[in-house]
Amino acid sequence: MLNPDLNLNSNIFKEDVEKKATREGYGEGLLELGEENPNVIVLTADLAESTKVDKFAAKYPNRFIECGVAEQNMVAVASGLGVSGKIPYASSYATFSPGKNWETFRTTAVYNFSNVKLAGHHSGLMTGPDGATHQATEDIAITRCLPTLKVFSPTDFLEAKRITKKVSEFYGPVYIRLTREKTPMILTENTPQANLGSNQTFWVSDNPKATIFSTGYMVYYALLAAAKLKDDGINIYVVNVSSIKPTDTKDIIEKAQETGAIVSVEDHQVNGGLGSMLSEVLAKERPTPIEMIGMQDTFGESGNITELLIKYKMDTDSIVSAVKKVISRK
Amino acid sequence: MISDLNDQKIKFLEEKSNKARELVIEMLLQAGSGHSAGPLGMADIFTTLYFHVMNHMPKNPEWDERDRLILSNGHICPIRYTVMALAGYFPIEELKTLRKFGSRLQGHPHRTALPGLETTSGPLGEGLSQAAGMAIARDLDNKKYHIYTIVSDGEFEEGNSWEAMMFIGKNKFQNFTVIMDRNNIQIDGRTEDIMPLEPLVDKCKAFGLHTIEIDGNNIREINDAIMEAKAVTEKSTMIIANTIPGKGVDFMEGNYLWHGKPPNQDEAKNALQQLRVLGNKIEHSDN
Repeated sequence: MLNPDLNLNSNIFKEDVEKKATREGYGEGLLELGEENPNVIVLTADLAESTKVDKFAAKYPNRFIECGVAEQNMVAVASGLGVSGKIPYASSYATFSPGKNWETFRTTAVYNFSNVKLAGHHSGLMTGPDGATHQATEDIAITRCLPTLKVFSPTDFLEAKRITKKVSEFYGPVYIRLTREKTPMILTENTPQANLGSNQTFWVSDNPKATIFSTGYMVYYALLAAAKLKDDGINIYVVNVSSIKPTDTKDIIEKAQETGAIVSVEDHQVNGGLGSMLSEVLAKERPTPIEMIGMQDTFGESGNITELLIKYKMDTDSIVSAVKKVISRK
Repeated sequence: MISDLNDQKIKFLEEKSNKARELVIEMLLQAGSGHSAGPLGMADIFTTLYFHVMNHMPKNPEWDERDRLILSNGHICPIRYTVMALAGYFPIEELKTLRKFGSRLQGHPHRTALPGLETTSGPLGEGLSQAAGMAIARDLDNKKYHIYTIVSDGEFEEGNSWEAMMFIGKNKFQNFTVIMDRNNIQIDGRTEDIMPLEPLVDKCKAFGLHTIEIDGNNIREINDAIMEAKAVTEKSTMIIANTIPGKGVDFMEGNYLWHGKPPNQDEAKNALQQLRVLGNKIEHSDN
């Protein structure tokens, strides 16, 4: 069942569950930050509306920087701002930023230790009809390998808003992964905010036989799978990993110890993504069977999310099968 | 404020610059790797900036009102380190640690390793954009300090450089001066053979920068150009400084093969002899 301690959205399993995009949470978070902190600056590379920073731009024109279609310049301008007492949020699509400008981000923001908050929008297959050029399925891999960089992948609108605001409270570079489409609201205003770096267990049950670790909107599909499995008499945990780095290794090890079987669920390449991250922790600390749901070394394509998740075996049924398989491997 | 540049001051700066070249040769010999030509060619510009033009406090490198000097082409850091040491940022003795384990003088400059560097640099084409970000922060804070950015000619083969130029042309930052080390060489050869950059003056003008071309090894011209840049308020300034790579050492001058290598023992000895002769000439000159 949904973890009663977290006051999650009780409508989550209903057809008419409320939906909002994580990019909208980013935009709303920035709008509030604009009011609260005069040092917050927002940059974009010709994607103000898409990245939902247009309202900030309208309200705080002096603190909004339009960089044009030039992502390297955008991230380096942000780096200059970040070492000069400002809190720059650089906003573009993840394939371009941190994709196209990765080395610039690495050198000028991360190694240079500037206070840059990089937001990668349109991540994953969820970008849908735009096709694989615009579906960032490698951004977790290319950010979590950067030394000291903090990497966040919020699960829904509200968590995106919370994380967007929270990261302004400390100095240092950050990557936030966001998605385009409206996805189910999992948190409620009454859900306690996790400390950055802590997992939250969204689905709990007695005597769980496996743990699903998921990130981003895919947590919703993991919860659907958990409900189905419950009907089949299989109890599991579902954990929301919104903080890829810092990594809640303690939680991962404890869940592995308790359930003995792990499934990772992400809209990202399993190579280098959440699946890899979990494997690294488990191989070192507590070798445990793991099945990985995600992109299996392939590019996506145009389509709607339902079609795409089925084709790439990331839909609810595939998650259910992966859980059953991993339990059989114990 | 820039003090008057009289003949005596020019002589002082030329002596400092020559001393910096000697130290560059010595530190590169110690390091056993690093870049020779660029640092020697840029000695006059760094010396003029640190010893005459810039408002800065070597003992308080984080001073909020300091002029910023961003070195985009980080590989010429030996000259920046040397002039900073001469200016009193850290002991001259420390120059011997260049590129060595545990040193604050990283092979390419790292901001958090050594106070006073402003940025981490090395990968080319990134400094100008960072300087632009600093200019926005400065203007939002209503500060007036000057931002100088040193770039190389070769790094204008990077797309990021032109992204930054568009951005600077759009924003017309005041108190914002770019100095390009136009030494015509890069690792693989002469810039105009590898990837033609000319007409650079026209290009920079077309991007909306007030553009001045000077002899980058002439302290009077360097100073005059910076004074002109400070007087221009409606746009940012680009100073294209024609420099001689390897300046002061005859077998390095103009030779691209010296872009990225240090002298060996004999070459260093020869170079130091030449520089000392030059130093004597400056010392005994009339101006």
